[in-house]
Amino acid sequence: EAGEMSTVQEVNSRVRGIRAPVNLQGLAACISEQIGVKKPFKSVIDVSSGDPHKAGMPPISFIRQVMAVCLYPELLKEKSLPLDVRQRAQKLLDMCSGGSVGSYSTTSIGLPEVQKSISEFITRRDGGVLSHPEDIILTIGSQKGLSVFLNLLTSGEGKTQTGVLTPMPCPHTLPMLLDMTGLALVPYRLFEEQGWAVNLDELHRALEAGRVHCEPKAIYISNPGNPTGYVQDRETIEKVIRFAATNCLIILAEEVHQGSVYGQDKEFISYKKVLSEMGKTYAETMELVSFHSISTAYIGECGLRGGYMEVVNIDPAVKKCLNFTPSAPVLPQLALELSLNPPRPEDSSYNSYTQIHHIEDTLSQNAKRALEFLNRVEGMSCQPSMAGPFLYPRVHLPPHMVEEAKRLGVKADVLYCQRLLEEEGICVGAGCENGQEDKNYHIRHRYLLINNKINQFHRSFCEAMLTG
Amino acid sequence: LKSQRLNGISHRGRVLTLDSMNPNVKRVEYAVRGPIVQRAVQIEKELKEGVKKPFTEVIKANIGDAHAMGQKPITFFRQVLALCSYPALLEDSKFPEDAKKRAQRILEACGGHSIGAYSTSQGIECIRQDVARYIEKRDGGIPSNPDNIYLSTGASDAIVTILKLLVCGEGRDRTGVMISIPQYPLYSAALADLGAVQINYYLDEDNCWSLNITELRRALNAAREHCNPRVLCIINPGNPTGQVQSRQCIEDVIRFAKEEHLFLMADEVYQDNVYAEGCQFHSFKKVLFEMGPEYSNTVEMASFHSTSKCYMGECGFRGGYMEVINLDPEVKAQLIKLVSVRLCPPVPGQALLDLVVNPPQPDEPSYATFMKERTAVLSTLAEKARLTEQIFNTVPGITCNPVQGAMYTFPGITLPQKAIDKAKELGLVPDMFYCMRLLEEDGICLVPGSGFGQREGTYHFRMTILPPTDKLKVVLQKIREFHLRFTQEFS
Repeated sequence: EAGEMSTVQEVNSRVRGIRAPVNLQGLAACISEQIGVKKPFKSVIDVSSGDPHKAGMPPISFIRQVMAVCLYPELLKEKSLPLDVRQRAQKLLDMCSGGSVGSYSTTSIGLPEVQKSISEFITRRDGGVLSHPEDIILTIGSQKGLSVFLNLLTSGEGKTQTGVLTPMPCPHTLPMLLDMTGLALVPYRLFEEQGWAVNLDELHRALEAGRVHCEPKAIYISNPGNPTGYVQDRETIEKVIRFAATNCLIILAEEVHQGSVYGQDKEFISYKKVLSEMGKTYAETMELVSFHSISTAYIGECGLRGGYMEVVNIDPAVKKCLNFTPSAPVLPQLALELSLNPPRPEDSSYNSYTQIHHIEDTLSQNAKRALEFLNRVEGMSCQPSMAGPFLYPRVHLPPHMVEEAKRLGVKADVLYCQRLLEEEGICVGAGCENGQEDKNYHIRHRYLLINNKINQFHRSFCEAMLTG
Repeated sequence: LKSQRLNGISHRGRVLTLDSMNPNVKRVEYAVRGPIVQRAVQIEKELKEGVKKPFTEVIKANIGDAHAMGQKPITFFRQVLALCSYPALLEDSKFPEDAKKRAQRILEACGGHSIGAYSTSQGIECIRQDVARYIEKRDGGIPSNPDNIYLSTGASDAIVTILKLLVCGEGRDRTGVMISIPQYPLYSAALADLGAVQINYYLDEDNCWSLNITELRRALNAAREHCNPRVLCIINPGNPTGQVQSRQCIEDVIRFAKEEHLFLMADEVYQDNVYAEGCQFHSFKKVLFEMGPEYSNTVEMASFHSTSKCYMGECGFRGGYMEVINLDPEVKAQLIKLVSVRLCPPVPGQALLDLVVNPPQPDEPSYATFMKERTAVLSTLAEKARLTEQIFNTVPGITCNPVQGAMYTFPGITLPQKAIDKAKELGLVPDMFYCMRLLEEDGICLVPGSGFGQREGTYHFRMTILPPTDKLKVVLQKIREFHLRFTQEFS
């Protein structure tokens, strides 16, 4: 009877080829159940993902109030809700078919009014460099948006397989995505000693190495860097653009952390803006796709699954293939719209909304404090981060741990993370999830905790390091 | 694409063109939002700009979007979702206690008590448990394991995921997937994208679009010549045809699947949309288990449901789930790995799904209103289904099967030869030509049958039965007049 079921050999080979997730979160869930019985700690703290709400950051009231009214329009009459909230909700409901957030998006690339708002935001952000609504595609989060675009790019097998130059380290969700879409990951090392900077010679080396076994067609950029927090300057961006142009590579610029730059003297400049200032030849031919989402910064609405991509100089016939069937969810598009057009000074919600700047300061302080802690720990060194939710310290693992890992058939950084979880109830990410395949072990952890938690966390962390 | 160095800058054609891109994606078409819809949007723009037309609005009877056509959301669901969005409202006495309880339970299951946090990729655990309980209750007590439930971004996401998992092999061993003709174009689009072989089995128009095992067998045997058939997809109640399969038919399909070692995919998103006398929804799982362990222990199956249809009509939330049965543990491990790549389904959709599977109970304050609203929606749809069949069958040249369930009608249209010739002249498929004319002359947007598949030489269109009853009557009248005019013009 057992022979009747499909076997794993009959599973799609590309799916089988997706690297197995490290799944420390699964282990964390198991350990959570053992608390009280077997564990000395009171709860498991998961700092492996950049999820702000999970960390205790509150959602933005204005956005959630407007969403509530959109969900239940009876609340349009609710006087206890600010007037601007109710007026805004009415405007948003007017964008939806049948005045309901339960309808499909009016087009398969999103609500046209939101496309327009996004293009206006981008134009403002880039100091007047025009963005066109028809180049904006609403996505189901940047991961899905990237997935749809990568699916267009993928072709070939073996030596003709399409390759993507990918930073090492990269976002921990990326390697599996490349596997799933049948693309070859061609790593280019970021230079830790220079704060995780992009190095042009390294790009050349990576490209040459990549060309031996695949056909690189794109370069993936994470700026501000995830997990490194490095913010690229104009000079770097120009160099990368020139490199991509010369070598026939499309630029995939994941810029989701642009809203959380907290480092002093650091400013986010978009790839598009720099491109537009490099002269007509570049500006009108360089193929560039940038990705943004509502999962990050002060909005932090990861669970809603919303974002957009802007396509620049992409072939119109190809662009037609970029859509979501049947369509992206409506609620996150509205949340996005609200975050791009926040309350104005004359609006009743203005004061409470501007409290997010308070969060900016808190984050900056938290990051600084966390960095100081980590650099004081024996066997740990951490580059400063300028943006985003993570710190990405290097951990010098004792030889006996590396040996034990080999014996157990796991990667050394994964073993370290498992131990930390089992002994202290702290779940961090392993550098190998970020594509860190060299022997420089790293862990990824979010410092985005509310103030009083951070002390508790680092104390146990240091203790763990000393005894570990 | 050669690159030429000129002043240090490479002059080249684009990296990404139709020729260099993924060849599979080029083949993908999704008729529901195809060229006719684009024209409809253009016409709407023209109307807004004041261009004079023989009509004042475009009626979009192409897409199964109930709210767009004026159907009201279920109050209870929206109350709970509002509470989840802005929990301060839990203090508001205007919200009923049962809504508050549901919201609190959902929020407690979310990271940081917020619907803005990621959930696990398989979906929030207590919601999967609720889904399993719903399935058990629906299927007369047959056990459902929450571990076999995967929440998804609408049913489409889950359907594509399973197809992604199962499509393998090269050349003559390439996986073949059986799908009904006519079909919901998500399937043909997904199969094209995955490079799978689409195996068409024709539903019997002369017998209310019923499914024949002999036809399944014919299609399968023919397909064995050039591919490896492994999957059988069935949509019940049917889209676009609206037929509701009899219990006997479902048993026959299961038996067939077992004999031929086929993985069954049962798309059941319209399970509450059953209107016709004598018709009843039978879940594939229930029938499978009632056929005894010989079947229930061996037949592999995935069944799909969503929040987009039925009486909720909440397409914009992208809520859904699939239940998988009898998957090899190693295959299941691959499935779990695959879903983790897309992070998680939208949490508001998960929350909504929880309410759909866990609606107000008789002893709860919101029950009366809930039942009233639910009954109103379903009975109105039933009435419109009957009305549609009735009126279309009065038109010479239109034959309409009973709309037993779902939300659409798929009538056959007889086109005069001259019209067919004219269409060819214009480079259009005949039913596309017909639908385009209807759009231009009456502002009614339908989807041509060619977008769903139909027997060679036959023509159809798909119309939703979603417009409000009064408007629907007008639409039906206009289509009747159009059809007579059209037939006259090309006689």
